Amino acid sequence: MTVFMVLSTIAILAALGVVLFSSPVRSALCLVFNFFTLAFIYFGLKTELLGITQIVVYTGAIMVLFLFVIMLLNLGGPQTWKERFEFRTVLGFGFGFALAAVIASQVFANFQYFDKPQAPDSFGSPQALGRVLFTHYVWPFEIASILLLIGIVGSIMLAKRKL
Amino acid sequence: MTDWLIQQSPAVQATIRVLVFVLPVLIIVPGLIWWERRLLSWMQDRIGPNRVGPFGLLQPIADGVKLFFKEDITPAAVDRLIYFVAPAVALFPAFAIGATLPWGPHYGPLMHWTPIADVNIGILYILAISSLGVYGVVLSGYASNNKYSLLGGLRASAQLISYELAMSVSLAGIVMATGSLKLTDMVAEQMKPLWGWDAAAVFQNWFIFTPFGFIAAVIFLICMVAETNRAPFDLPEAENEIIAGYHTEYSSMKFAVFFMGEYATMFIFGGVFATVFLGGWNMLPVNWDVLAAQVPAVAPLARVMDGANYWLAPLWFLGKCAGGITFYIWLRATLPRLRYDQLMSLGWKSLLPMAVANFIVVAIWIMCTKLYGPAGGWIAMFVALAIVYVLYLNVVSATSKSGWYAQGRIRMTEGAEKRRPIALVDPTKEVRP
Repeated sequence: MTVFMVLSTIAILAALGVVLFSSPVRSALCLVFNFFTLAFIYFGLKTELLGITQIVVYTGAIMVLFLFVIMLLNLGGPQTWKERFEFRTVLGFGFGFALAAVIASQVFANFQYFDKPQAPDSFGSPQALGRVLFTHYVWPFEIASILLLIGIVGSIMLAKRKL
Repeated sequence: MTDWLIQQSPAVQATIRVLVFVLPVLIIVPGLIWWERRLLSWMQDRIGPNRVGPFGLLQPIADGVKLFFKEDITPAAVDRLIYFVAPAVALFPAFAIGATLPWGPHYGPLMHWTPIADVNIGILYILAISSLGVYGVVLSGYASNNKYSLLGGLRASAQLISYELAMSVSLAGIVMATGSLKLTDMVAEQMKPLWGWDAAAVFQNWFIFTPFGFIAAVIFLICMVAETNRAPFDLPEAENEIIAGYHTEYSSMKFAVFFMGEYATMFIFGGVFATVFLGGWNMLPVNWDVLAAQVPAVAPLARVMDGANYWLAPLWFLGKCAGGITFYIWLRATLPRLRYDQLMSLGWKSLLPMAVANFIVVAIWIMCTKLYGPAGGWIAMFVALAIVYVLYLNVVSATSKSGWYAQGRIRMTEGAEKRRPIALVDPTKEVRP
């Protein structure tokens, strides 16, 4: 529980950093850190495979790409601008809080009886996941792989003018 | 000792295991630097550092003291936060990557000391953490606000991402042959009889002795060198092109931290190679207990060797890591640096297809072993390997004379001929010495 508290506090701070930092690279870094901490929360819940997938996919691949794009675009230093007070700002905050309240009402109700992870020991293990992927979910799995293949071929077609 | 360890709370146990693993690595890193400088100079017919202490052994300490007392210069135009964080980010994967490595036996009285965490995703963890190595390099390159540094950082990230792929696929075949992602299971699998023959139970089935394992080992070895940014893949810090790449602007201890991270990573990657392909902590590919049972004449010696194999396991593992390091240094002394396009074409056009073909061959082997027994499996594997080889010669390779490309049966697309790599020597002409 203590571990969870510490990790979630760090994750929330990192998430705040994403929004509050004015430099895009620092925001992206905070996002990396947030994803990384989330992976550790998964480790704490004994779903190592999920955690490591989080690191491989998000921290190791997608965020590297994000950083790449930000660096190559060279978005430069922080820019500040003044905003006039508008009724739209107030309205935006109002809608934001309303959305947060709707989500919270759905999510927090489930936390009422939540005590500790109750999943069986083999839950989320590579063996269990592999078995399910190749038996029960074999069609979605294969279709997703074909989708990825199409993505790869498409990106090559876009990138290469002359094949 | 082990009873005492088990009685501690899990957090204390983990801390002790971390200390027992990380402290030796920290102690060994200066030794590695000395070994690299000495061995490299011997290979280049020089003497090398031999003044400080016996055989120059204290040279790294002198260097460390020097680096520590140097002026720590921070250029004016750097992004200060990221500039200071980057060396720490670079050091993190170097020490975190070894957490699932078993450097000692996984059974018997020594079992609870190693690895730090025997999780069921062992090898995936290593791949994931090594992919985090990109950040230190990219961030330092970006934060330095220097064009050469940025170039070095970008080169490093492209290189790491490309070679990670071939590395994962080459390891996937081994994972399939083991049936588990756990590194302790991999070591246990390699202690089984050679090639699955019970007659050869004296010898251990190290993966490097199997055909698919050998191919995977070669691919992994190349990718491992590229992952650690070492010669001949040290483009990110190519000094004649981009000064020193991503750590040009770093001085004093911050530079030393980059250096230390690089050497620690090399060392631990040597350990990963030893664990996955060289039988882990085992001294020699021999099952001593089986030898004692089968050949009574050498039974006393075999029993002594069995004890040595078990109780001195960390020593054998260290020896294999040192062998890995020596291989790195040998490569650095032998091979010139690759050009950037060569690096990319090696990674994407050679290593990745080879790794994928190897992966398919392993799958065929496993299926045929299940259907027809070990012999059928091996025959199927060699047939599959032969088919892959013939396909490679005829379809893929443009250099083979008997291949379809040379016979004009398949052609490169328009313009591709002009873009063929520039050779220093015209391959069509005979070279006279």
